[in-house]
Amino acid sequence: MTDTQTQDLPGGDMFTLGTPIADTKSPDGPIEQRWTTAKFENKLVNPANRRKLSVIIVGTGLAGAAAAATLGEAGYHVKSFCYQDSPRRAHSIAAQGGINAAKNYNDDGDSTYRLFYDTVKGGDYRSRESNVYRLAEVSTNIIDQCVAQGVPFARDYGGLLDNRSFGGVQVARTFYARGQTGQQLLIGAYQAMERQVAGGTVTSFTRHEMLELIVKDGKARGIIARDMVTGAIETHLADAVVLASGGYGNVFFLSTNAMGCNVTATWRAHRKGAYFGNPCYTQIHPTCIPVSGDHQSKLTLMSESLRNDGRIWVPKNREDCDKDPRDIAEEDRDYYLERIYPSFGNLVPRDIASRQAKYMCDEGRGVGPVVGDFRRGVYLDFADAIARLGEDAVRAKYGNLFDMYARITGEDPYKVPMRIYPAVHYTMGGLWVDYDLETTIPGLYATGEANFSDHGANRLGASSLMQCLADGYFVLPNTIRNYLAEGPFEPISEDAPEVVEARQAVEGRIKTLLSINGERTVDSFHRELGNIMWEFCGMERTEEGLRKAIDLIRGLKEEFWRNVRVLGAADTLNQSLEKAGRVADFIELGELMCIDALHRRESCGGHFRAESQTEDGEALRHDDEFAYVAAWEFGGDSAAPVLHKEDLVYNFIELKQRSYK
Amino acid sequence: MNLTLKIWRQDGADVAGRLVTYQVSEISEDMSFLEMLDTLNEQLIASGEEPVAFDSDCREGICGMCGLMISGQAHGPEVTTTCQLHMRSFKDGDTITVEPWRAEAFPVVRDLVVDRSAFDRIIQAGGFISVNTGAAPEANNTPVPKVKADRAFDTATCIGCGACVAACPNASGMLFMGAKVTHLSELPQGQAERDARVVSMVNQHDHEGFGGCTNIGECSAACPKEIPLDVISTLNADFRKAKRGA
Ligand SMILES: Cc1cc2nc3c(=O)[nH]c(=O)nc-3n(C[C@H](O)[C@H](O)[C@H](O)COP(=O)(O)OP(=O)(O)OC[C@H]3O[C@@H](n4cnc5c(N)ncnc54)[C@H](O)[C@@H]3O)c2cc1C
Ligand code: FES
Repeated sequence: MTDTQTQDLPGGDMFTLGTPIADTKSPDGPIEQRWTTAKFENKLVNPANRRKLSVIIVGTGLAGAAAAATLGEAGYHVKSFCYQDSPRRAHSIAAQGGINAAKNYNDDGDSTYRLFYDTVKGGDYRSRESNVYRLAEVSTNIIDQCVAQGVPFARDYGGLLDNRSFGGVQVARTFYARGQTGQQLLIGAYQAMERQVAGGTVTSFTRHEMLELIVKDGKARGIIARDMVTGAIETHLADAVVLASGGYGNVFFLSTNAMGCNVTATWRAHRKGAYFGNPCYTQIHPTCIPVSGDHQSKLTLMSESLRNDGRIWVPKNREDCDKDPRDIAEEDRDYYLERIYPSFGNLVPRDIASRQAKYMCDEGRGVGPVVGDFRRGVYLDFADAIARLGEDAVRAKYGNLFDMYARITGEDPYKVPMRIYPAVHYTMGGLWVDYDLETTIPGLYATGEANFSDHGANRLGASSLMQCLADGYFVLPNTIRNYLAEGPFEPISEDAPEVVEARQAVEGRIKTLLSINGERTVDSFHRELGNIMWEFCGMERTEEGLRKAIDLIRGLKEEFWRNVRVLGAADTLNQSLEKAGRVADFIELGELMCIDALHRRESCGGHFRAESQTEDGEALRHDDEFAYVAAWEFGGDSAAPVLHKEDLVYNFIELKQRSYK
Repeated sequence: MNLTLKIWRQDGADVAGRLVTYQVSEISEDMSFLEMLDTLNEQLIASGEEPVAFDSDCREGICGMCGLMISGQAHGPEVTTTCQLHMRSFKDGDTITVEPWRAEAFPVVRDLVVDRSAFDRIIQAGGFISVNTGAAPEANNTPVPKVKADRAFDTATCIGCGACVAACPNASGMLFMGAKVTHLSELPQGQAERDARVVSMVNQHDHEGFGGCTNIGECSAACPKEIPLDVISTLNADFRKAKRGA
């Protein structure tokens, strides 16, 4: 049901307004008891029935592999999908810094409540209290589980687990495995899942890409997937479907995501009725290696744990920007984060650190090579840390990151300060889910980065791994049983009209893509989309810019379907075809992101609207108007999207303007 | 720089392949090896020729998806992954041969893409610690001496890329398997299944068609994560002990 009275709302000509979301299924009562209540109230599935119930899980990152393992152990029949050649290669593997958990091993005042509080505050008061509290609550179980699996976390000389503090918080609650935390956690989850493959409860489909969701009688009942080796279009049916397909940062073309990260799984579900939550909330990470030229295919993150010991600065004077940094005197350096935010200094949240770096470069004080029309880089300097701790200690902590930097840039960071610049890194937006992680399509769940998540408008460092594993090991397996207890659902045949239609839609799209035979490569469209998004829907957004972007994206979409060139055949490994399908979906998503950004005329977390800032240039929220989740319903190919609001009510944490000064 | 590339092209698993020569120009030394191949592919598409298929995903040396034989060396001349190899390691005028991993257990799928699912099956055979979700004790109840924790970590850094197999004249998967066995054997949590694990993994390894180890050491030399050769000694020791116990 929609109501078209949107003319008075910002960007109101671009969307229609639907009914608000009335129920998030979050239990009432004291926040500390809600999860216990929910677990108790969720229906149980008799172990003998579990074998008869099937669940499709798209994605083998932390969120997907953990869920596949856990549901397999419980005895359900799981089908797991990933586009890589092995489940172990999901992009969770690339996480470096660490994973948070409120263990309070250091007795530094940490607690479930503090982790909850920090996450809500860090998310700039745009997340749902119940979910965030649950996340903090199960965080400690994650560490126990991973250690039991053999995840080699860093330990101290007494043999106990070591912690460090990580961007934006003042307690040491981050567990880590040198600079490879994501890899070690993922291998743990992957091994647990492979154990279930051996046990026969999980079937693994690698090099398979989900291209469509099957919905019958209003319920998610399966997916259409393409076998990327043979090109076969396969129908997979089940009682429930979980999308754990990761984030959509690659809409910006350049990001720290892997080459194959895509929005296709969630976008196809969105087109079939799943609401998309807060698509414009994007995290731009402050410590990435700057772009070196037009050939660049992706950007590389340097873990922000580097900000614990590195000091960020730019020259005070523009004339110094092309000097050797070691020749710039101390008094001619501007340690701008330490200057502007004396209490948090270099450890301010990511959005603030990124935006300040952009301002420094916009002012003409950036360093490194000129890319486009100015220098896009700031220094991250370890000279003080090396003097204080010694080179060996710095090497022990950050050795692999320094090596990676040296390999990519050809410079030695032990001698010359690193150069960093912000890059797109994480998307807080994603499919809207309720407390049970269920989307607006019954039987369709979304977990990990693919859902709109617990991070509000900005995610704190080391909190995504925590959320993915919380969702996968502990939350989803407990909530999905509430749904599965009603099954097994009516058998569904491959010939059902809904199934045939989904399949034909996929086949038709592939045929079209291969037959256009235009002038431009898929990558060239992707690059152009990325430039539009970065320019107008990146670190700073304005009404004028966003309107321009929407226009440009619509033009690009039209040109794509007329002028893209995809060579090769459908029935073989065809990487251009894979990319083409993904880019087509990114183009549509890009438009929705801009509309979302346009309608949210406030600044919050990673979303900075130039029209909404304080006198000294900080983000200014408007809680009276915007304390809600924007859940977008697909309006149709030629109709405007429909906005449903989920009001955010804060009963336990008081809303404040964030201040890190 | 300008380069001559000789690239293995093969349309599918059952079709014969061949080396095809291409020229690329204006290659910057800041490009990664794969960005150089991207450039070639854009050029091929423009001229109406199908692009070269090759695997990559993270492009930061951690997912293990990429892997090419570059002028006869697994991942090329540096100790790193193909995606982290940069063109500054080459010079103007070079001729570079690019081939897929060669091993019976890694059949070619297309061009430079191979099937490494045999590695997953070795893990399925026992490369895990059996602990169901929710059954874990408090993490700090079991301290792990730092030396053991560090060795477990060093061997757990394997990314499963398969360079060890590609580099080995016997196409042995012993370094890969040894790394996993050592990682789990070093930890107190891994003890209960220690004997059964190694036997089962070794059987699977042989069943997949990987060769035996004759102590040449090419595997460890090619490993982008520098997994030490002595994990194979640990593997052998564990295997002997398990057999004796059985
Ligand atoms: C470089 C980097 C460093 C990071 N560091 C940290 C950190 O230190 N701490 C932290 O907490 N977070 C970190 N993050 C964020 C965190 O790693 C991710 O948010 C998280 O790992 C996402 O996990 P996931 O399981 O949701 O998705 P992913 O791990 O991205 O997995 C997605 C899965 O979905 C599959 N898939 C996707 N689309 C399809 C499709 N259409 N069909 C079939 N399969 C599909 C893929 O094959 C893959 O298996 C980092 C992120 C990056 C990029
Ligand atoms: S692409 Fe991931 S290791 Fe090279």
